[in-house]
Amino acid sequence: MIELLYLAASSFLLICVALFIALVFNGIERKLIARMQARIGPPIIQPFIDIKKLFMKENIVPDSAIPWLFNSMPAVALASSLIVLLYIPFAGMPALLQNYGDLILVLYVLLLPSLALAIGAFASGSSFAGIGAQREVVLMMSYEFVLSVVAISLAWLFSLCCPQANAFAFSTITSKPAWLLVGGAGFLGLILLFISSLAVMPAKAGKLPADIGEAKTEIAEGVLVEYSGRNLALLYMAQAVRVLAFASLIVALFLPWNLSSLIAIPEQLSMLADFLFFLVKVFMVMFASSIFVSAVTARLKVDQAARFYIIVVFLLSLLGLLLIGIDILM
Amino acid sequence: MGLGAFKRSLWVFHLNTGSCNGCDIEIIAALTPRYDVERFGIKLVGSPRHADVLLITGPVTRMMKDRLLRVYNQTPDPKVVVVVGNCGATGGVFYESYNLEGPVDRLIPVDIYVPGCPPRPEAIIDAIAKAWAKLEAMEAKK
Ligand code: SF4
Repeated sequence: MIELLYLAASSFLLICVALFIALVFNGIERKLIARMQARIGPPIIQPFIDIKKLFMKENIVPDSAIPWLFNSMPAVALASSLIVLLYIPFAGMPALLQNYGDLILVLYVLLLPSLALAIGAFASGSSFAGIGAQREVVLMMSYEFVLSVVAISLAWLFSLCCPQANAFAFSTITSKPAWLLVGGAGFLGLILLFISSLAVMPAKAGKLPADIGEAKTEIAEGVLVEYSGRNLALLYMAQAVRVLAFASLIVALFLPWNLSSLIAIPEQLSMLADFLFFLVKVFMVMFASSIFVSAVTARLKVDQAARFYIIVVFLLSLLGLLLIGIDILM
Repeated sequence: MGLGAFKRSLWVFHLNTGSCNGCDIEIIAALTPRYDVERFGIKLVGSPRHADVLLITGPVTRMMKDRLLRVYNQTPDPKVVVVVGNCGATGGVFYESYNLEGPVDRLIPVDIYVPGCPPRPEAIIDAIAKAWAKLEAMEAKK
């Protein structure tokens, strides 16, 4: 009983911290993109101001919508993107619910926000939202292949190095960096897998060049078109948290080092140091995969994006799997 | 909450009701690095559902009348309407044209006018800043 309460309390704390971090990162992202375009940019706390304002606005439900579906989906999107953080190792600590779910569960739950967005858009009854939702689903189908290949390759590696443990569990995956388990070919394969999961980020996060589902200038914000007020604020937060969750997943899979195990740090400070180091890692992943990319690219068409993910990125990840296989079997 | 909630976060929806595109380009100029309205939290959004400010250009042609009313009703409260350019305010160069339903204030309540044909970007930013003050005053009265 006490244990359960403890778990609930720490989950709640983690969710609040994660939400805060996600919004701060969102603010930093907007600032950095502005700077790269030679603008001054909004203050870093801009996401908080926007959300506060959105909560004060009227919440309109269109006549053509299915109200319960339309109103519940933003909450589902936010909740699922927050819950997934409980299963991913966060802030240098093992995942809170690591005994209850593994990599496969995380990949599925990480799908939920996009699905909820698409369902909510279909439920709004607007044709712009319908187009946006279709695009979102097409995009989803094309990048999910890549993530499953990444998951399978890593699980294959870890099932050989620790045969008695569950190869999909994060406790196994973060126990050793995958880079130390492989030889030359496998190392190259891991690099390819790392790059292909970074390439999935813009689509997962709904950022340029893959923000096709909510293209502002062509389909009037697409999936978001009918949302206003509170619902829009929830979706905004869900978006920010989803980026953080996917970035922490990449960090857990490919960069699981902790600062305290690399250099000598006094016992009391090690947790703080790991936390800050984790933030730096997540930020680097976000910068390389989403912030920098979206500042310098333009939006792809949906068929271009789908082709890019299904052909280029998928083949890249398959090549990675092949190289890792060669490494294992030789 | 109340006062100051809209300070530094104002989302703008731009509707062209038949303008010559002169004003529209000046609005885009306000987004460029030279003026950069995003530093004040002003953002151009793609859907009237997200907007706090309706930025209207053009004299409202017959075809645009229903659309204008619809966009106005789609915008969630509290909202302000800003008319940019002479032709939205009075008809301007299109005055007494055969297919005008406008000017804008014949159809919907207008809060702020920006005169000029076209006005400078500074004037547009100033108008949006005045819209802030007005929204805050509206919130304070409630
Ligand atoms: S006010 Fe002048 S510049 Fe602006 S839309 Fe009207 S005619 Fe064009």
